[in-house]
Amino acid sequence: MSYLPYALAVWIFAVGLYGVVRSRNLVHLVVCLSVAQSSTYVLLLSIGYVNRGTAPIFADVPKGTRAVDPVVQALTLTDVVVSVTVAALLLALAIQAQRHADTTDPDELSEMHG
Amino acid sequence: MVLVPLVVAIPLVAAAALTAMGQFLGRRVDDLTGIAAAVATTVVSTMLLLRSLDHDLVYWFGGWRPRHGIALGIAFDVEPLSAGIAALAGALMTASFVFAWRYFDEVGTLFHVLMLVFLAAMNGFALSGDLFNMFVFFELMSVCAFALVGYAIEQRAPLQGAINFAVTNTVGALLLLFGIALVYGRTGALNLAQIGRALDGRPPDGLLVVAFALLLTGFLVKAGAVPFHFWLSDAYAAAPIPVCVVLSGVMSDLGLHAVARIYWPSFSGVFAADAGSLRAILVGSGVLTALVGGTMAFFQRDLKRLLAFVTIGHVGIFLAGIGLLTARALAGTTLYVLADGFVKGGLFLAVGILLRRARDGDELRLRGQGGVAPMAGVAFLLGGLGLAGLPPFGTFPGSALIIRSAGDVGYGWLPPLLAAASILTAGTVLRAGARIFLGLGDTDDPSLSHEPPAAEEEPAHVPGRVSPPLLFGPALALMVVGLGLAFTPGLAGRATQWAQRFEDRPAHTAELLRGVAPRPAGTPAFHPGAAPYVYGAISTVGAVGFAFFGLYRRRLPALLRRVPGRLTAGPAAQLKALHSGVVGDYVAWLTFGAAALGGLLALTVR
Repeated sequence: MSYLPYALAVWIFAVGLYGVVRSRNLVHLVVCLSVAQSSTYVLLLSIGYVNRGTAPIFADVPKGTRAVDPVVQALTLTDVVVSVTVAALLLALAIQAQRHADTTDPDELSEMHG
Repeated sequence: MVLVPLVVAIPLVAAAALTAMGQFLGRRVDDLTGIAAAVATTVVSTMLLLRSLDHDLVYWFGGWRPRHGIALGIAFDVEPLSAGIAALAGALMTASFVFAWRYFDEVGTLFHVLMLVFLAAMNGFALSGDLFNMFVFFELMSVCAFALVGYAIEQRAPLQGAINFAVTNTVGALLLLFGIALVYGRTGALNLAQIGRALDGRPPDGLLVVAFALLLTGFLVKAGAVPFHFWLSDAYAAAPIPVCVVLSGVMSDLGLHAVARIYWPSFSGVFAADAGSLRAILVGSGVLTALVGGTMAFFQRDLKRLLAFVTIGHVGIFLAGIGLLTARALAGTTLYVLADGFVKGGLFLAVGILLRRARDGDELRLRGQGGVAPMAGVAFLLGGLGLAGLPPFGTFPGSALIIRSAGDVGYGWLPPLLAAASILTAGTVLRAGARIFLGLGDTDDPSLSHEPPAAEEEPAHVPGRVSPPLLFGPALALMVVGLGLAFTPGLAGRATQWAQRFEDRPAHTAELLRGVAPRPAGTPAFHPGAAPYVYGAISTVGAVGFAFFGLYRRRLPALLRRVPGRLTAGPAAQLKALHSGVVGDYVAWLTFGAAALGGLLALTVR
């Protein structure tokens, strides 16, 4: 198996992270964070991939059929749930920032410093 | 055995019940449910602690025990050190709920629900013996904490604190997950002991170094080690007081204990030859964290933010302690964490009493105003002395073990630096206490950070003359427990024995995967000797001196004041400017720190 999926995961992560660092809008920032998070799905799934493996469902297939690793798929599903929770929470915070502080720019929101 | 899952199940069930029925019941039912669940969880954790004294309690979920020495299921692995941290979480949560009874005028059911889920997640994280399970509890803990920090959502500061906290910790968790994925890809295992066995007998390679650096980064972000600490001061300064108690007392330290929990069972074999360089990296970043935290604490006037930087300073001390990679230092750090968690919790509650009674949390504006809450003053004094490590109270046995252990591995320069860090943190707390409750010191100090906005989360009604016992009771109780913990007979020796068991990888693996009971070990006696007493005395006297320096610095003779003042003004301003409050900067620092950590490991591990 090639290294391409791993390189892709790192690339997606780096792009998302760059967006998080440079973002001037909270909604944009949350989207960038979600992009970075999706890199972990690519990484996890490519780690469990087996060449010419089928889905890990062992009904109606002969014994010894090659299948991809079901553990990483479970991990990915858990990870999806986690990232949706975080994104939802952050978007709720972004709405409150617009409502109460009248800005969605994280730079303008910084009240505490030093 | 059946007790093990209860530490997670009790708070979760209570939280679910409150979610379902809380809106039909009164506020006091929420409070009572919270207190009852927290007390029950504390009792169960303490029972687990007492039952795991001689051997680990391993609980396999769903009865999926290992077959032929291969772990199939997911395990909770209870040993005394982790059970102690879980008990600390339960105790602090209990104190928070009792305090919240009178502290909040209005609070919704969701507050109690979030706190209980938070407690369940912390316990699960502390006891889990499985890498991915650790990640799940880590995220559950984080999400609850994000929401709790932003609880007072209609103000700017909690918004900023919660956003910075959520974004940086999510990036940290992503790096952690990357590390977990790489470890799984290499070993095909998620159980910590199983990972250790799969890595046996191979030299470390690039992939493993990267994976370990990523795991380390993820946990250190949660702990708040420099340069991953920026979110911590914003979040803790914005959170409601009952939340601060738990965040500062337990959550930061859980990140550090996770480092020990993954290192000893999984990586101590493969990195055995590189323990020296790993020790240097961990101790170095611990010392840096301790000094940065202590220095920044000195520049604060907002009491909550001040205590947040005190927390960072002590995280540094703990990181250096765990980083020494000896059983004695791990035991010492755990004892230190327990005592320090109670003391910091008591200090946050004392600030809460001030916020409630004087409706302000600013050191300078409160100067001489402490008469409204004399009990908070007592807590401040005890807390300051407790943080300094006054022998033989509180944190002293822990720091004595660390000091002796540093000598054992040739890090004799470490104890003076750690003493300096506790002089900075304890001295700053004593300074604030003296200014508020004794009216000492100047009314203004331009070198402190900008003036915080006036009372935010605080109640509108005029307080009566007497502090209700439900406010000062928890604060004093935490102080007494924290300072008195040191008098448990033979604690230092027993803790060292538990830590030796924790660090004995072959025996631990055999116990976990094959059910081989560990050989009963004799309890080593620990005699601290003279040096720890000397360091304890120096840091106590130094802290009192530093407090007076903070109060009367501007009355020093001009010659003493000007030259050092000019020399330090520039670096101090730069250090303060780094804590910009902007989340993008924090994530950039996080990336830099992760790269630096990975680079250092890659350069030194061979």
